[in-house]
Amino acid sequence: MKNLIKFIYRNNFFFVFLLLEIFCFLLLVKNNGYQGSSLINSGNEISARVYRTAANTREYLLLKDENERIARENAMLHNMLKTGYAALPMEVFKKNDTLYKQQYLYVSAKAINNSVNKRSNYITLNIGSDQGITHDMAVINSNGIVGVVKDVSKNFASCMSVLHKDVRVNCELKKDHSPGPLFWDGSDYTYCYLTDIPTSSIMKKGDTVITSNLSGIFPEGIMVGTVDSWERRQNEAFNTVKVKLSVDFKKLNHVYVIKYRFKAEKDSLEKISQVQSDK
Amino acid sequence: MINNIIRNTLRFLVLVLLQVLIVQNIRLGPYVILFPYVLFILLLPFETPRLLVLALSFVLGVTIDMFYDTAGMHAAACTLLGFARYYVLRLTSPREGYDPGLAPTVAYMGLTWFITYAGILIFIHHLFFFYLEIFRFGEFFKTLLRVILSSVGTFVFIYVIQFLFYKADPKK
Repeated sequence: MKNLIKFIYRNNFFFVFLLLEIFCFLLLVKNNGYQGSSLINSGNEISARVYRTAANTREYLLLKDENERIARENAMLHNMLKTGYAALPMEVFKKNDTLYKQQYLYVSAKAINNSVNKRSNYITLNIGSDQGITHDMAVINSNGIVGVVKDVSKNFASCMSVLHKDVRVNCELKKDHSPGPLFWDGSDYTYCYLTDIPTSSIMKKGDTVITSNLSGIFPEGIMVGTVDSWERRQNEAFNTVKVKLSVDFKKLNHVYVIKYRFKAEKDSLEKISQVQSDK
Repeated sequence: MINNIIRNTLRFLVLVLLQVLIVQNIRLGPYVILFPYVLFILLLPFETPRLLVLALSFVLGVTIDMFYDTAGMHAAACTLLGFARYYVLRLTSPREGYDPGLAPTVAYMGLTWFITYAGILIFIHHLFFFYLEIFRFGEFFKTLLRVILSSVGTFVFIYVIQFLFYKADPKK
């Protein structure tokens, strides 16, 4: 025992190094779990404050683009207003409110930190659990899908961007509803890949890709991007489609977080059937 | 001594802010990613105790992790860098050892020495970091290309910083 202590003391440099590395790997492994929340992320007070100051400054430089985009969006929303439609004098079109329940709530937020050049990119938002944000909520902006909320603190949320190596979004071709998972290969932030598209499905460059109803996180039919090219890789029975993303991840600013109001109900129901089938 | 502590603390803050607010937004394509913040560890004085170097490297890594959302990755790579620094310094030392008044910069030690010293350490840091980030060997050569190009990029960046902020002939 005495010798062991002597040995450790003599090689203290190496053992301190080993200890620190083990600690780092513990942090790393803990953070990699999909639901694991960690102390060291950009949602904490120090880094969030630095990022917020930087974001405020940057916002001034982007005001022009941002105004244009908001003006376009306003125009679109005006088109959807009741006053934009002529009232039809027929009883048949009466809407029964008990049949329609609002299932998605949109919360507006601002991205205060964002990256595109890592293998796993994260976005920090300026809203958190105090504003009712929880993990697994979808993040979009007016152009298309952006990411999924991962960790939340009181006033900030850290989201995995679509440009993250672990994010898979269920998408489909709008034209014929062929579904497949969308993933990012880590090279170009303007393109993602859609796999498992049957070779029977006929595509054209510029076809629209939207989220499918299987996604569970994103509402159905949110814009993802357009088809750029496709190929059938060796030994695969399916096409892999290169998709040009509609969101410019470099210029991310205002986003919407989507709350799926029936999520708890849906999850608990699915859990019950899961448990029953396991028995 | 006190002077040294203040200078290194300032360097720590400036390099972290430079990395997080400016360099993070420099996008040179998917293969060149710059981490000039490691300059802090490279520039610590020769006579810094090696355990202190290790501890400072760890703190630097955790600080960068906080901003990059990469819990543990930068910390692990920096700690390895701090560990390796001791051996690289021994390997590259002149026969009679380092003079106590010197600092490990281009201006004091010359370009050849600095390329060996910083080159090896930056490469070790980047190699460890990028493979840790991807955590599988599926994209082995892509990642290797990333490591090499990024190391060169970081080295050039660090070299330029030294030119801008340090006197050409410090002996005067």
